[in-house]
Order: sequence, then C-alpha cells, then structure tokens
Amino acid sequence: MSKSDPNAPKRLALIASKGTLDWAYPPFILASAAGAMGWEVGIFFTFYGLTLLKPDLTASVSPLGNPAMPMKMPFGPEGFQNINWAMPNLLMANVPGFESLATTLMKQTFKNKGVATIPELRDMCIDLDVRMIGCQMTMDVFGFKREDFIKECEIGGAATFLEYAADADVQLFV
Amino acid sequence: MTDVIKEDQVLDCSGMLCPMPVVKTSKAIKELQSGQVLKMISTDPGAPPDMEAWARQTGNEMLRSMTENGKFVFFLKKK
Repeated sequence: MSKSDPNAPKRLALIASKGTLDWAYPPFILASAAGAMGWEVGIFFTFYGLTLLKPDLTASVSPLGNPAMPMKMPFGPEGFQNINWAMPNLLMANVPGFESLATTLMKQTFKNKGVATIPELRDMCIDLDVRMIGCQMTMDVFGFKREDFIKECEIGGAATFLEYAADADVQLFV
Repeated sequence: MTDVIKEDQVLDCSGMLCPMPVVKTSKAIKELQSGQVLKMISTDPGAPPDMEAWARQTGNEMLRSMTENGKFVFFLKKK
C-alpha cells in the first residue's frame, strides 16, 4: 500500500543497527507500540542489529565505553537500588565476567520495574505482523545462513528496505 | 457526581511499563464488538498520554481517563 491510497494506515520504517541488550529495546518497543496503534511497521536489521533475529536472543550489555549508563542494583531497599554505581572503565575492563554481571543486573532491574523482555517484545511484534527484514549483506559479511534466523523474518537488502521506507510516515535509524 | 460508565471488559495492566499497556489494550479491544467499552487499569505514569495518543491513532473513543486508588483508569469505547 502506498501514499496514493488515502485510507492506507500510517507506516513506520525502522533500521535496527545495534545488537546489544540496551539498544535492542528502542526498535522493538516502537514497533510493537506502532503495531498496537494499527500502523504498518517494518524493521530492517542490519550489521550488529541482525543478531536480534536469531532464535535464541543472547543480547548483552556492556557498561564499558557506555559512560552514561546507570549501574543500579536490582535488590535491597529502595535507597540502595537508586544508587548509581560509578564504574571506571579501567576497573570494568579488568574484571572477568563484568559484562555478564552488568547484563544480569539490567535484566533483573527491568524485570522488577515491569519492562517486557526482548524475546517477549519480539514475539509481540510477530503477533502484530511487524515486517522484519534481515540484511543479506550483513549475513554474507559475518558468515550467517538463512537458517540462523527466525522463520518469521525475510531477507533483503538496502533496496528492499528503501522501497518500504519511501512510503513510510516515520523513518528512524536506531 | 459523574455518570457511571458500564464496561464490557476489564484489562488490568498493573505493574507493566511501556509499551505493554498499549499493546495489551489493542489486543483486548480486538475481542470486543463495536460500541462496547473496555476498562483498562494501569500503574504506568506514561499511560495517560500514551492511551490518549493510542485512542486518537486508532479511532477508538476515550470516554474517560481518571485516577482511582492511585491507579490510572481508562474507559475506551471500540469504534
């Protein structure tokens, strides 16, 4: 459907270019919210974002080089939970397992606050018929195969996404 | 004294944050007939503006948006 049809629903075209846990949220949240508002939604998963189409989502988060990331503890009294733990890069880079600790803490904090998980949000997007396009070029570069990704996605390139985005009301690069 | 609105269905989204209330509401309203009313309860402080936007975008009518016992309550009429 294109703009020539005045009754066509609004359309959102997203590019998801990052595969970390923190950056996996914006595209899936926006896509599911837009789908819930009756919009057509398409997401182009490219570069590191492509891994968000794997059946097992293993997205993690690194506080290293992420200076604005608040480090919060998901347990203890509220005052303790609200403390922002300043972690110098030098420390984080040298402690084994720090990234998996940070990932666990973020997942637990989000869960406590009532935020859906990335697998839940992706399932909602699938339910809402969000079109998910995996980037062919990224697959070739990183040596992925079609079978490495969920069956609900399609594979395409820049032209596939651009044709879709050309008729979109909102286009965002995440 | 405001009129009492009779709902046909209740959806409790307490404890859920964005975008869950919007997504759950859209799912619940699909189960209703045109003209029926969904009562949605939320604890998400982002829900009042989001539900208004959702109603405008989907064409369903926001009959009332209020707070009750510290929770946000919405009455939405299916178009």
